[in-house]
Amino acid sequence: MRINTFFYTLRQGFRNIFRNKWFTLASIATISACLFLFGLFYAVVSNFQHIVKNAEQGVSVTVFFQEGLEDSRIQEIGEMIARRTEVSNVHFVSAEEAWESFKADYLGEYADGFTENPLADSANYQIYLSDVSMQPALVTYLESIEGVRKVNRSEVTARTLTGVNALVAYVSVGIIAILLAVSIFLISNTVTIGISVRKEEINIMKYIGATDFFVRSPFVIEGMLIGLIGAAIPLGIIYLLYNIVMEYIVERFSALSHLLSFLTVEQIFNVLIPVSIGIGVGIGFFGSITTVRKHLRV
Amino acid sequence: MSARGKRRRAVSENTEIISLNKVCKAYSTGAPALKDVDLHINKGEFVFIVGDSGSGKSTLIKLLLRELTITSGSINVMGYDLARIKHRKIPKFRRNIGIVFQDFRLLKDRNVYENVAFAQRIIQKSNKEIKKNVPSILAIVGLAGKYKAKPKQLSGGEQQRVALARALVNKPTVLLADEPTGNLDPKNSWEIMKLLEQINENGTTVLVVTHNREIVNAMQKRVITLKKGVIVSDEEKGGYIDED
Repeated sequence: MRINTFFYTLRQGFRNIFRNKWFTLASIATISACLFLFGLFYAVVSNFQHIVKNAEQGVSVTVFFQEGLEDSRIQEIGEMIARRTEVSNVHFVSAEEAWESFKADYLGEYADGFTENPLADSANYQIYLSDVSMQPALVTYLESIEGVRKVNRSEVTARTLTGVNALVAYVSVGIIAILLAVSIFLISNTVTIGISVRKEEINIMKYIGATDFFVRSPFVIEGMLIGLIGAAIPLGIIYLLYNIVMEYIVERFSALSHLLSFLTVEQIFNVLIPVSIGIGVGIGFFGSITTVRKHLRV
Repeated sequence: MSARGKRRRAVSENTEIISLNKVCKAYSTGAPALKDVDLHINKGEFVFIVGDSGSGKSTLIKLLLRELTITSGSINVMGYDLARIKHRKIPKFRRNIGIVFQDFRLLKDRNVYENVAFAQRIIQKSNKEIKKNVPSILAIVGLAGKYKAKPKQLSGGEQQRVALARALVNKPTVLLADEPTGNLDPKNSWEIMKLLEQINENGTTVLVVTHNREIVNAMQKRVITLKKGVIVSDEEKGGYIDED
């Protein structure tokens, strides 16, 4: 392709956007609306998953040792546990620390009556999991270790969180798939109608001897530009709205602040920008290619 | 084959620019649009194709443009076997054919200059060549002063001149004109026909499909008459044959 043909094609793609103002506006509005819904849903789901994940990380399993177990064996057990893939963190709590913590939490000044540590056998490992659904498997393993007396876990919490996690995953995959399908249908329909109106123009080009590539290129550039603008608008709106909404929620529900930890706008946009632009530009690209192809057989 | 035979064939190949042998074209429904059509047109000829609606004129033009394919027989235009031509070769083939339609078919959102320049851009002419060729062809069709106008700002006759300029700017070997005067008044019709004659005198083969009896009878060119898909007459200096 000659350089001036390339620039001509590019220029035509840009000009087409202004030539067909209503089609351009309708397409951009459709793409923006679909991607706005998609972005909004993604932001909500990601934050929800983040909150659940945080809650998961607070769930621990506690391992107590048999009476009089040597320190070296306790250390060995700690290393064995730390090697497990589902374990994110292992924290050793000595008998003294356990007693200090118990005193502070429950006894206060009444603790002065105790001369010896009533929790002398309460040294333990607090184990935090990276994936709470692995808790039963870990517990079975811990119980099988020689020197372990008792394993405490919050089975209900773990089961609930695992269930919530799975539900959120299924529902979000389902809703995202539906949103994407609806978006693709709506957007390609708009592109199809817009290009069908210009069927005559395509026919003329073909009669004069234009190659399919020459006819298609400006439409494809136009489609991709519309997709890009259509993706950029909801991204901009979500960016502006996100921090305002987060601040409002944190302020309004300050009592739950230890539970509500939100993702930053950057964390959301790390995924949302490439996905939205990919969808917008991709639909513009494939939508225009397939629609123009229908009219090229002249 | 003898040396003489070879020479005759070479001469024939050089001069015969359109050749249809026993061409049939049938659509999925109804009677065949063309039946056993034999048609041979030499380089530099001016030919009228006449006939009533449904006689097969439009089908013939579409076959010559390779918009449609034949059902049987053989069709050869400028050395291209149109029954076998590959889809990707069609644009190159069409660049040697100028086409003018009754409804002008201009790009409505582009001005006169851009409509004509478009044909040059397709064959990847440089901007320098386009700037030279387009004004000179617009001068030939008498529209030098209206190069900035959009099609809707022009009269029917002027729009047809733009279409003609677009068809001619790439110096085609063959010019097909499908009812070029169908939407024009007598004065403009004659002006367009004069331009077509002038183009033909410069060496371009011109085929005009028309209903215009007065023009056909006055110009005394070769006239091929189609009736119900069959060539019923082919006269060197013919006239419009009335329906019985």
